[in-house]
Amino acid sequence: MESIAVLMTKPIYSYLQAELEKRFKVLKLWEAQDGSRFLEDHNQIIRAVVSDGGTGLSPELMAALPKLEIVSSFSVGMDKIDLGKCKEKGIRVSNTPDVLTDDVADLAIGLTLAVLRKLPASDRYVRSGMWKKGEFKLGTKMLLYFQFSGKSVGIVGLGRIGQAIATRAEGFGCKISYHSRTPKPESSNYTYYPSVVDLAAHSDILVVACALTNETRHIINREVIDALGPRGVLVNIARGATVDEPELVSALVEGRLGGAGLDVFENEPNVPEQLIELDEKVVLAPHAGSGTEETRKGMADLVVGNLVAHFEGKELLTPVV
Amino acid sequence: MAVTGTNQSPPALSATAHDGDDSLPVVLIHRFPTFTGSLFPSLPTHFRLLDLLTTDASNLQSASAILCVGPPPPVTPEFLDRFPSLKIVVCSSVGVDHVDLPECRQRGIVVTNAGSAFAEDVADYAVALLIDVLRRVSAADRYVRAGSWPVKGDYPLGSKVSGKRVGILGLGRIGSAIATRLAAFGCQIRYSSRKEKPSLPFPFYKTALDLAANSDVLIACCALTDETFHVINGEVMTVLGKQGVIINVGRGSLVDEKELVEFLLRGDLGGAGLDVFEDEPHVPKELFALDNVVLSPHSAVVTPESIGTLQDVVIGNLKAFFAGQPLISPVID
Repeated sequence: MESIAVLMTKPIYSYLQAELEKRFKVLKLWEAQDGSRFLEDHNQIIRAVVSDGGTGLSPELMAALPKLEIVSSFSVGMDKIDLGKCKEKGIRVSNTPDVLTDDVADLAIGLTLAVLRKLPASDRYVRSGMWKKGEFKLGTKMLLYFQFSGKSVGIVGLGRIGQAIATRAEGFGCKISYHSRTPKPESSNYTYYPSVVDLAAHSDILVVACALTNETRHIINREVIDALGPRGVLVNIARGATVDEPELVSALVEGRLGGAGLDVFENEPNVPEQLIELDEKVVLAPHAGSGTEETRKGMADLVVGNLVAHFEGKELLTPVV
Repeated sequence: MAVTGTNQSPPALSATAHDGDDSLPVVLIHRFPTFTGSLFPSLPTHFRLLDLLTTDASNLQSASAILCVGPPPPVTPEFLDRFPSLKIVVCSSVGVDHVDLPECRQRGIVVTNAGSAFAEDVADYAVALLIDVLRRVSAADRYVRAGSWPVKGDYPLGSKVSGKRVGILGLGRIGSAIATRLAAFGCQIRYSSRKEKPSLPFPFYKTALDLAANSDVLIACCALTDETFHVINGEVMTVLGKQGVIINVGRGSLVDEKELVEFLLRGDLGGAGLDVFEDEPHVPKELFALDNVVLSPHSAVVTPESIGTLQDVVIGNLKAFFAGQPLISPVID
């Protein structure tokens, strides 16, 4: 298999690269002086692409690789790959589900707690040397500060990750409700809302955990944000584009939304300046949902495993197409 | 809220010390002079509150009840000597290490604490600290706000929370609540406690050392007593290991703070989440530069919900006392 050419679109994870290099001929697109020339020179031998959630497989790249058989994505999100077109062309696609579910759900809860209990702000307060005996309050900006246990948590998208978030929130005695394309009969103990606005109106905390598709782009819009309200908290561990970011920013600035915990943004790695300024009602993370050693290794093993399975003529481990 | 000099009168409490209704039972308020936070708003409805720092000395002779507010002020034998009629000390904290319990027992003075008013809040906070340390929530927030994401790229990887072996020191109301929460993350719960609790499904270890040997994370949420002073010491930290994480939401002195700092600086411990310290509000400055440490100003209990519940517990204990009825949350030694 060492002669099979696999194209990596970007440097993703050193362990992944090393494991690929053990088994395949790895071509690194980012090292090429002239990307298009590089692709032209190698387009007869490249049979696989390894990419990540943010880069995916662009239409240009797909068009430049006539011998492409499989795209193995280092992500669970598929929003940057035209799955329909891949199916049409007979290109297999695999992703990395399940192995990252726990981490993403853990971070969703971690961000929620960090916003409600003001952890980063408290930490900054101590590090600044401002803590004096007898003072309980952090400052004058105690706009939103409440207990997590027992609160109403609304989840948009009750897939693997949404369910894992629900299970954890239940450990805190939270009341769970959700919105998804269709109700899930196996989750009858959770309240289903066919409308995201209604879900928001009945939630203290709204967590976005759905895939990004044409239907879910900006599913969190002004109406939803207003329904969540000045004492509501929005948490997004899905994709930045599920939220209308300018609307989110103005709602936070104007106090129409209580707080937000955000791991994803519309234009990563850029974060709106106003969110940087709102440091007591917003907690920001640099798309770190799956960011642990344990999980990234597991993801890398799946990426490699899918490629090996494909070239050995076996069933893909985690096929999408 | 500045600390005043000894020859100035202490700043007044914001909602107290009125020579109000004489028919209401008298409760003396005991606090640090620097604490001037507003008291529980419903208290004056039921009791005549007298601020120990400003009230007439003659009022101390007949007073039977004292309420401690704010950061727990010490209740020593010398302090108790001033109140010959004292029968109850009501604390607004869970921890009663500031009270000389044997001395109170000897004098027939009963002590009550916050009961389970804070259990959920403290448990939530312990979990919040743990996720923050392992997943670098606060450190990554700093990173993004510093503008480092576009420049330096992704933040370094953290460590997975789910599935970790979590050793809970002290399985009381708070410890049990922590266990319930982390079990939902698939963490493997084990504990050490004065007494084993066979009704609970978690492995029990007799000593903190044994617990540390079988845990990835230690969460300190037990009472501070002579036995538990520095229960998390250098030996325990060594056994916990280089990836080990310590979360302290109990009392600062449950942990040998000096050792903790040295272990962290040497990289012999994976991280720490601390809401309490040995000499609050002083926090070892060496910790400020560490991204695997999360620091918090003893604020695990400060939510509107728990303050409301606390008020209910405080008023409940005082009312029961004056009515000769069973107390809500007596501290039983």
